[in-house]
Amino acid sequence: MILEALMAAAFAGALTVFLAPDEWAGRLAFAISLIPFVGSLYLWSGFEAGGNALLGGDIAYATQIEWLEVGGRSVSWFVGLDGISLPLFVLTTFLVPLAILSAWTPVDTRQSQFYGLMLFMEANLLGVFAALDFFLWFIFWEAVLVPMYFLIGIWGGPRRKYAAIKFFVYTNAASLLMFIGFMSLVFALGDSVSSFALPEIAQAIAAGDLSAWFGIAPDRIAMVAFLAMFLGFAVKVPIVPFHTWLPDAHVQAPTPASVLLAGVLLKMGTYALLRFNFTMLPEQASMLAVPIAAIAVISVIYGAMLALAQKDLKRIVAYSSVSSMGYVILGLIVFTEYGVGGATFQMVAHGLISGLMFMAVGVIYNTTHTRMVGDMAGMADRMPVTVGILIAGAFGYMGLPLMAGFAGEFFIFVGSLSAPALPYAPVFTALAMFGIVIVAGYLLSAMQSTLFGPFELETDYEVGPAAFHDVAPLAVLLVAIIVLGVAPDIFFEMIRDAALPVVEGVTING
Amino acid sequence: MVNGLPAVTALLPVLLLAATGLALLLVDTIRPDARSNTSMAVVGAFGSLAALAAAVWLTASGGVSPDGGAVLLFADAVKVDTMALFFTAIFASVTALVLVAAHDYFHDHANPAAFYSLVTFAATGMALLAVANSLAVVFVALEMVSLPSYVLVAYLKQNRGSVEAGLKYFLVGALSSAIFLFGISLVYAATGSLILADIASASVEGVTGVLGVGVVMMIGGVAFKTASVPFHFWAPEAYEGAPAPVSAFLSSASKAAGFVVAFRVFTEAFPVEMAVSANVNWMLAFAILAAVTMTLGNFAAAVQEEVKRMLAYSSIGHAGYALIGVAALTVDGPANGTVMGAAMAHLLVYGFMNTGAFLFVAMAERWGVGRTFEDYAGLARRAPVASTAMAVFMFSLAGLPPFAGFFSKYFLFQAAIDNGFVWLAGLGAINSVVSLYYYSRVVKALWLDDPESSSALDAIDVRPTALYAAVVFAAVATVLLLPGFGPVIETAEAAASALF
Repeated sequence: MILEALMAAAFAGALTVFLAPDEWAGRLAFAISLIPFVGSLYLWSGFEAGGNALLGGDIAYATQIEWLEVGGRSVSWFVGLDGISLPLFVLTTFLVPLAILSAWTPVDTRQSQFYGLMLFMEANLLGVFAALDFFLWFIFWEAVLVPMYFLIGIWGGPRRKYAAIKFFVYTNAASLLMFIGFMSLVFALGDSVSSFALPEIAQAIAAGDLSAWFGIAPDRIAMVAFLAMFLGFAVKVPIVPFHTWLPDAHVQAPTPASVLLAGVLLKMGTYALLRFNFTMLPEQASMLAVPIAAIAVISVIYGAMLALAQKDLKRIVAYSSVSSMGYVILGLIVFTEYGVGGATFQMVAHGLISGLMFMAVGVIYNTTHTRMVGDMAGMADRMPVTVGILIAGAFGYMGLPLMAGFAGEFFIFVGSLSAPALPYAPVFTALAMFGIVIVAGYLLSAMQSTLFGPFELETDYEVGPAAFHDVAPLAVLLVAIIVLGVAPDIFFEMIRDAALPVVEGVTING
Repeated sequence: MVNGLPAVTALLPVLLLAATGLALLLVDTIRPDARSNTSMAVVGAFGSLAALAAAVWLTASGGVSPDGGAVLLFADAVKVDTMALFFTAIFASVTALVLVAAHDYFHDHANPAAFYSLVTFAATGMALLAVANSLAVVFVALEMVSLPSYVLVAYLKQNRGSVEAGLKYFLVGALSSAIFLFGISLVYAATGSLILADIASASVEGVTGVLGVGVVMMIGGVAFKTASVPFHFWAPEAYEGAPAPVSAFLSSASKAAGFVVAFRVFTEAFPVEMAVSANVNWMLAFAILAAVTMTLGNFAAAVQEEVKRMLAYSSIGHAGYALIGVAALTVDGPANGTVMGAAMAHLLVYGFMNTGAFLFVAMAERWGVGRTFEDYAGLARRAPVASTAMAVFMFSLAGLPPFAGFFSKYFLFQAAIDNGFVWLAGLGAINSVVSLYYYSRVVKALWLDDPESSSALDAIDVRPTALYAAVVFAAVATVLLLPGFGPVIETAEAAASALF
């Protein structure tokens, strides 16, 4: 019942903060958000489960309570964690308090609503990673969109309404597609499943229980379902060419929302791809290995090229997320222990690093009121600590050894270089590696022109160091990135344990 | 019967509603001054809540008869079963919400007594409609719902829009009542009976033509009450012109009353097997009506500029969804009970979310802000709680998780697919996507848009407590019906399955 208690704390906290006065909503929200964080550390310390929750492994902290029945199949409150979901669960509880701290300076209107929505989103994000029943999962999955829509639409930049609606429409349309895809799988399973529990469905598919439905052959249903779910999740990740909502949403979103959007919401997409597409339908995935790997590499290169062309610091970080998510897809599709494990590890690593980058850019923007590369120079002079951490984060992005990003990318490349399930694996890997060069290119050139050299910024106000509560979350994130880079095993061991059954599920065809 | 009480106890919810109506008249006689507004709202709300409690108690205590079946009263003219109680619960809930909200809406009205008693009497008619087992009772109860409704729509008699809406509603209503009555007489001519079960067992050989015309005419009557095509066009006018609490009452409770007629009469008097063998295929008629109604309602709602009118068309769209409950029936269909039960559950959820939405409009009218989407811009700044509730209603009406509207729609479409009506479910899903556009426009206006001028929100200088309470309660119910959907759908499916 610990999982439920943590989610309930976030829900109750959201309601409390929503009704609290604006003056101390921020401090209250921060205090409340520490409860799930401390709780999740406790969950982590007591975590002993092995294997993959969907494929018959242990499920830690599981609760399963029958909820209702639809069409002869039961829907239940079924939550639990395994080696894949626990790191993401911890990532969420870790990022939310920091994101709330980073909101203290920029958010100056309707604070209680803002922080209430942040906590509401946290509760639903935790639900997404913990849920093991399809309906429960889908409800949380959709419920994440609502607070994000408001966060972008109310507190965002000048084009916030456009960005909020684009985000809402894109992701909702994608959810519908994915829902239909998954439901067609359930219909094709017929009477062989008695519930919407994901483990039961995954194991039934693995046992070959798919049968024809409405005269459509099971293989074809599986392929259509795979494509529908892949497209649905591709929007969320996002994968080129479904990425166009992302820069708009990111640039317009307030900094704390960007942090959660890049840090956790994008991982929902890759997490779902891993859980649904690659765990449930490995055969279809390996049939489509080449096109998916190609899309992944295109995402890496194209995203990096787009980032290279930007002048807005936030846009640069946003596009580089597209690029980083490409690595994750590549790691997933190669179906090796290090590939899938590394992809999951990279989800966490990228969550921390992109969170740090967005937060640091946000701190600079709070002071300078501009994010344009050409508008400012020599920021290192005025904000030494912030700039120092930003540079460290950028090196993390480029994959500096002993930082989390290096570990994640290294695992992925190790896994993908010798992937038996993917033809031309070394070619794809080499192309994707080239993306790192571009990343280094745009990050270094952007930093060169904004951070160094003589100070230059046309303002009528003082530009000085940021407040302590602005810099503190940056420092905490940097420490976490380094810790994870030095000792990746604190997560990678359990991830690998949960990823192995997925890899073993794929039959290698040439 | 429960605990050996007399069989007439089964009518307790209906009797409580009727007694409340009479008590309201009594209160008005004792205290015919302006202060009676509060006491009437209290009496009305408690009376309808008592009826709700009675309906829930009778359902929860294991049905209304020892064997879990129905109680037949008055020479079979009245039949109390779980379905009747389920619908009575919807009527009573909506009535309670509307009466509470009316306290603030009519705060300065000279004579609010008529409003409270008319709503309660209309609710009594609806509850009677739910238990009617004879076409004669159906017609009388239907008129008992309609006549107070005409008056209620025209209740603001100084307001031209309200009077015009009342007249339009009356003319269409009178016409459709006549058609419905004529349909009843043709059915009687063909079968020689008014009791539903006897109609089903009568021999119709050689008179199927007469029966068919009668059935089609009765479909017309149902279409009027549920605001479905082809008798839907009164709805936007009436809902827009009527005082918003009345619009809430008509679009939630009165619509559900139309559906209880459709669900009971068409399954008990003209069972699916008979409809197919006698070639009076009303399921096909309802399927076409459902498809046209939901599409027309949703697409017309998408182009509206006024919130109330948009809600009126959305209400037509939802009538289309609920019609799937009778449209997707087949001979020996595996999910006949499920699909009708899902439609009933949808009507219950709809009763809360749609009433809440109209009551929010009532609050806006009370504040004196305008009617269009633009006029609602930035309301969330002054009224965050009510605006949150409205966002809940809108997302739930669109069928988005995590609100009850998601489950009620999903169960309905899933049951339609199980019964082989993939096309109807698919059309419903497409319409739901369209509906997200216009529902989210309200949310956008409330939360994202800036008010036209800094003084635009100054009108919001009062906090109508009772209206707030009703709106917040409806929102809480809309949220809680998601985790609590299990008992609702189980009761509804059991009630509907008993009809087949």
